[in-house]
Amino acid sequence: MNIIDHAPALLVAIPLFTAFLYQFIYYITHKNIRYLATVALGINWILGISMAFHVFSSGPISYVFGASSPGLSLPSGYHFPIRIIFEADGMSAFMALIGTTVSFVGALYSESFAKRYSELSKYFSLLLLLTAGLLGMVLTGDLFNFFVFFEITSLASVTLAAYRTYRKESVEAGFKYMLISTVSSLLILVAVGILYGEYGALNIAKVASMIQYTLLDKVALALFVTSLAMKAGSVPMHFWTPDTYGEAPAPITAMLVSASQASLYGLFRVVFTLYGLKISTLTVGWIIIILGVLSMFIGVTMAIIQKDIKRLMAYHAISQTGYMLLGVGVGLATFGTDAFLKYGFTAMKGGIYHIINHAFYKGLLFLTAGAIFYRTKTRNLNEMGGLAHTMKYTTIFFMIGAAAIAGLPPFNGFASKLLIYESVFKFNPVLSIIAMMVSILTLASFVKVFYSAFLGPKRIKDGKEFKEVPPNMVIAMGILALLIVIFGIFPGFVINNIVEPTARALSSPLLYISTILGKM
Amino acid sequence: MNSYLAYFTALLLIIMGIYAVIFKRNLIKIVIGVSLMESGVNLFLVALGYRQGGIAPIYTMAPRGHQMVLPTPQALTLTSIVIGLATTALMLTLSILLYKHYKTLDPTKIRGLMK
Repeated sequence: MNIIDHAPALLVAIPLFTAFLYQFIYYITHKNIRYLATVALGINWILGISMAFHVFSSGPISYVFGASSPGLSLPSGYHFPIRIIFEADGMSAFMALIGTTVSFVGALYSESFAKRYSELSKYFSLLLLLTAGLLGMVLTGDLFNFFVFFEITSLASVTLAAYRTYRKESVEAGFKYMLISTVSSLLILVAVGILYGEYGALNIAKVASMIQYTLLDKVALALFVTSLAMKAGSVPMHFWTPDTYGEAPAPITAMLVSASQASLYGLFRVVFTLYGLKISTLTVGWIIIILGVLSMFIGVTMAIIQKDIKRLMAYHAISQTGYMLLGVGVGLATFGTDAFLKYGFTAMKGGIYHIINHAFYKGLLFLTAGAIFYRTKTRNLNEMGGLAHTMKYTTIFFMIGAAAIAGLPPFNGFASKLLIYESVFKFNPVLSIIAMMVSILTLASFVKVFYSAFLGPKRIKDGKEFKEVPPNMVIAMGILALLIVIFGIFPGFVINNIVEPTARALSSPLLYISTILGKM
Repeated sequence: MNSYLAYFTALLLIIMGIYAVIFKRNLIKIVIGVSLMESGVNLFLVALGYRQGGIAPIYTMAPRGHQMVLPTPQALTLTSIVIGLATTALMLTLSILLYKHYKTLDPTKIRGLMK
C-alpha cells in the first residue's frame, strides 16, 4: 500500500478529523491544545508536497471512495463511474500544494495571534474546516461534491471573518460575504442541475466527455463563470473583498486568499476541462481577459487612496487576481490555434505561476499587517510609524513581500509578471502595457505603506516601545518569505518542475477524462 | 405543458429570491429571499428526477414493470436542504448580531465599513 495513492482522500480527511478531534479534546479536558492544528496541518503539508511532486512527475491519480483499490474508477465492465471520485491532476495537485502550505502557515501564526480570542477551540476547529473545504474543492472530481465543499469553505470562512463579533464592522463584513457566497453557490447548484438533467452524470470527467455545447450548456457555463468569478473577487463583483479581507483576522485573510483562488481554480477547471472539448475559446477567453484587465486597473486605483493597511492590501488582491485571469485568459483565447504554442502556453504558465506567487506574497503581506496590528492595535497608516526601529524581522518580511508584489527582481512576482508581459505583448500590446502600468502603481502604493508604517522616528504608546512579535509568528512569516526568495531566485527550476506540468494538465482535458474513463 | 410547470415555478421562485436579495431593505427579508432561492433550486433538482407515473426508487420493495423516479436528484436535494439550514441559521445569527450593534435591520443604515 502506497500512501501517495490515498493522498487525495487523506488531504481532506486529516483536517476534517482534527477539527472534530480538537472539539472533542476540548470538551473532555477544557484545555486548548493549540499546536494540534499546526501538527495536523504540518503533516498535511508534507503529504501535499509529496503528492504534488508525484503527480507532476508521473501523471494524474484518482481516488475512488469505496472501491477495492483506490484507482479503480470503472469496476468490472462498467462504462460509467458510479462512485464518488477524487481526482488529482497537475492543476489540482498545484492548488493543493498552495492550500496546504498557506493553511499550515496560517495555523502556526494563529497559535500566538489568536491567543487572546474567546472560544479559541472553535477558532481552530473552523480553521481546520476551512482547510478541509478548500482542499476538497480543488481535489474533487465530482460536480456536486464541488458544491458541497464550496459551501463548507463559505460557512467556515464567513464564521471566521465575523469571528470578532464584538466589532460591528466584522459582523457586517461577514454578512456581506455570506450573502455573496450563498447566492453564488446556489447559482452553481442550478448549473450542476442543468448538466445533470442533460447528461445524467455528475462526474466532471464523464460530463466533459459528453458535453455538446448546446444552449442549455451555455446557460450553465454563464452561471458557473458568473458565480465563480464573483467568489474569486474579480471586478465587477469585488465589493465584498476589501470588507471581508480587511475585517477577518490576519491569518484567516491569508487563507481567504487561497479560498478565493480555489474558486478561481473552479473557474479554470470549468472552462478548460468541463467545457474544454467544445468551448468557443475566443469568446470566453476574451470575457476572462476583460474581467482580468478591469480587476487589475480598478483594484490598483482603489488601493492607492486607502488609509487602512489591510483594506489597501485587499484592493491589491483584486488587482493581482486580474493578472492571473489575464494570463490564463490569453491562453484560453488562443487555445487550439498555432498561437497557443507560440505564446498562449507561455501566458498560461505566467498566469499559473502568478497564482502560487500571489498566494505566498499576499499571504506574507497580510501576515505582516497582522503583526503590525498585533503590536500597535491600529490599522490606520496615519497612526503608525518608526516600526523598523524595533520590529526588524517584520520590516524585512514586509520589504520582501512588497518587492515581490510590485514585480521587482529577484523576487518571485518579477518572474511570473515577466512571463505575462512577454506573451501578452505578442497577443495584444495594449493589454501588456496596462499590466505594466498597474505594476508601477502597485509599487507606488507599497512605497507609501513602507514609508508611513516603518520609517520615521520611533513612536511610543503608553510608555512602551513596540516589540517584535512572538517567535512562531516570525517563523510563519519566515517560511513564506523563504519560499518567495527561492521561487524568485530559481524561476527556471520552478517553471520546469511545478508550473509547466500544471499548465500542461490544465490545457489537456483529454488527459483528465481518460484518467477516469480509460482511453477513448 | 404540465411537465414544464415545475421548472417555471422553480425559475419564478429563484427570480423572486434574487429580487428580494437585491431590492429589499430589511435583513430578515433578504434572508427570506435567499431561502426562496434555495427552495427554487431544490424544486428544480427534484423536478429533474421526476418521471410521469414513477414510483419511489426502492429496489427491493418495487413491483415489477413500473418505472422509478431518479434517486440521485433526491439525494442531492436532501444534501442541499441540510446545507440550506446551516446557511439560513448563520445568516439569521449575523442579522441578530447586526441588530444588536446598529439597532436597525435596514442595510442602507448599516454602514460601519463605509466611513
